[in-house]
Amino acid sequence: MSVGPRKQPPARGWFRENNVGVTFYHLGGCQTSGVNDGFDWRRFLALCLGKLTQGASRFLGRGGSSFPGRIILWVDPAFIRVMAGKMARGTLVVTGTNGKTTTAKLVASILGAKGWGVCRNGAGANLIGGLAAAFLNAANFWGKVRCQMALLEVDEATVPQATGELQPAAIAVTNFFRDQLDRYGELTNTVELVRRGLREAGPRTVLVLNADDPMVAGLGKGYPGPVLYYGVEEPTLGRREKERDAESPPCPNCGEQLAYTVTYYAHLGNYRCPACGWARPRPEVRLQRLRSEGSRGYALEMGTPQGTIRAKLPVPGFYNVYNALAATALVQICGVEPGLIVRGLEGFAASFGRMERLRVGGTQILLALVKNPVGFNQVLQAVLEDHGPKVILFLINDRYADGTDVSWLWDADLERLEGGAEFAGVIVGGLRAEDMAVRLKYAGWPPEAILMEHKPAQALERAIGLVPPGGIIYVLPTYTALLEIREVLQRRGWARPFWEES
Amino acid sequence: MELKIGHLYPDLMNLYGDRGNIIVLTRRCSWHGIKATVEEIRTGEEKRAAECDVVFIGGGQDREQKQVAWDLRDRQGPALRAAAADGVVILGICGGYQLLGHEFRTGTGEVLPGTGILDLVTVGGGKRLIGNIAVASDLLGGKTLVGFENHSGKTYLGEGAKPLGKVLAGYGNNGEDGTEGAYHRNVVGTYLHGSVLPKNPWLADYLLAKAVERRGGTLKLREIDDQLERTAHAAALHQVGLGGKMEN
Repeated sequence: MSVGPRKQPPARGWFRENNVGVTFYHLGGCQTSGVNDGFDWRRFLALCLGKLTQGASRFLGRGGSSFPGRIILWVDPAFIRVMAGKMARGTLVVTGTNGKTTTAKLVASILGAKGWGVCRNGAGANLIGGLAAAFLNAANFWGKVRCQMALLEVDEATVPQATGELQPAAIAVTNFFRDQLDRYGELTNTVELVRRGLREAGPRTVLVLNADDPMVAGLGKGYPGPVLYYGVEEPTLGRREKERDAESPPCPNCGEQLAYTVTYYAHLGNYRCPACGWARPRPEVRLQRLRSEGSRGYALEMGTPQGTIRAKLPVPGFYNVYNALAATALVQICGVEPGLIVRGLEGFAASFGRMERLRVGGTQILLALVKNPVGFNQVLQAVLEDHGPKVILFLINDRYADGTDVSWLWDADLERLEGGAEFAGVIVGGLRAEDMAVRLKYAGWPPEAILMEHKPAQALERAIGLVPPGGIIYVLPTYTALLEIREVLQRRGWARPFWEES
Repeated sequence: MELKIGHLYPDLMNLYGDRGNIIVLTRRCSWHGIKATVEEIRTGEEKRAAECDVVFIGGGQDREQKQVAWDLRDRQGPALRAAAADGVVILGICGGYQLLGHEFRTGTGEVLPGTGILDLVTVGGGKRLIGNIAVASDLLGGKTLVGFENHSGKTYLGEGAKPLGKVLAGYGNNGEDGTEGAYHRNVVGTYLHGSVLPKNPWLADYLLAKAVERRGGTLKLREIDDQLERTAHAAALHQVGLGGKMEN
């Protein structure tokens, strides 16, 4: 792969010294010229087959967001590497347990404000086939691309393979929570997978890390390339004491249990190791002030290498504040001006099923994916902050992509809904509706108040029937249930097909 | 009637919804008219598990399991063994179940000491045994138990422990001899997550009844409307291809 003229990035600490005018140019974006631009029959065949399957798949009403990608890679295993090489401004990768999709969409919104064409896997297809499909979307039959940049969310377990192929300019890591244990084994394995991926990426890749998550921040320790940290520096938003639990991770340096002065949620907070002294790195992009505006979102003030940025974030849920910080940090390395960052954040529309707002007549539907206890708790918190009339619909599936073990429902803090007194109705649906019903019963909901309706379409009907005028239906689906309910909404013309999402 | 439920190592051994079992025990106690208090016991703490009526120990990741294994041997172990002999109800799930045995020889050749309360040993296996599981429980007169297992350790019972049940679908103790879990007196160990007690309320009530009985209680457990739990149990059986065949 040819490498254009660029400066070698200096070591860590660099962002502190060069706080203005950091441009992407420094950071090893791959260059277009000379990279396999000749006609390649294999690639042509791969693209034809890919586009054909994609067309067929969409005609059948499926998204085709990863299957065509797998076909392409079968015909042309080098496809991702070659296409990534065509991105004039390189590739940005977002990984981590929660917040990948929203962070990527926030970055896209900001880069959109900047006017750059970005190639994305917007529908959340983040395994290797989904990455290939993203490039397939951006390319014509001859393999020419319209985009200058790729912005891809990548599943944690796919990071080693993906970074080797993509040679990204930057990798942002959001957080590590327990998720899908039946797939990846234990959390430490997940962190190791990502660490392995960073070695594949090579030393020119910039790391963008959540300073408040020690498991993430630990990735920066000993990393040879530049590292940019983001985090919350508003202790009044957090809790003082840290309740010890198995998710409070060991020090990445010496293995001792970390001590916290403040936590924001789960194990995100300000920590230090009592044994070896390793502590939370000071973030370059930091939240300084935050004001909640209820279901409309937040007003936030961030300190950045480019100075203070004040913006409205039009989506509720405190975890989205972290996503906004991650996005702001990631675009620092692209040299996006503060005014455009503000425009990008304020023009953000929630991504596919992540606090996505839809309107059906006089009723609002808020779709909020739930896939692990920490994310579930954060969504419940956001629901509780809305004191208006509301109905809640849980759609729980246990297919492979959801995690086949539903035990995690018992780790989510459903008790905080206090038996559902605030709700005009509760419906459980999906393949494991019964499990959710039992969970609610033990969280204090009267069993007779829990309506069970396995099929998403019927469950939604029930919710619409129950919601008071002007109320909100909160739909909390697992991943495959989200795809199903989205399809129902789309068939009725209430939502756009997800592959048309920007 | 008042019962004290000891939750051993809630900070380290709490994988896969083990917390659900504590939620179910306390809720069902209140439905039965029993006052329940939960005492959390962490590594290094002097609080004695033996003073409880029911002791619960969940599963953990490898690193955490190692941490508690030594605490269990040196601090809680002797008292816990005495408690077991005294008829205290003990429930161990997955990693906690393994530590109720003599030892756990891990895949890396390390030997974690167990409490030896149940006559069994566990050896690290290559393949992880993952998936939905259903068991016909000898302990509960053939009633079925459903859950989800996820373990790489393979457990083999000795003479002194009886299997909790026979595997109807899934792997169980080792994926070889068709047994799942183990029990001896009032000590029960199992690989079932799910969580195990919510969808198998008869196991929860069995444990509570044993605890009440040990305290010399004459209290008869109340009939609880378990309609939802039974529906969920039936759905789980259906999922492993046993729909309609089992009656509880």
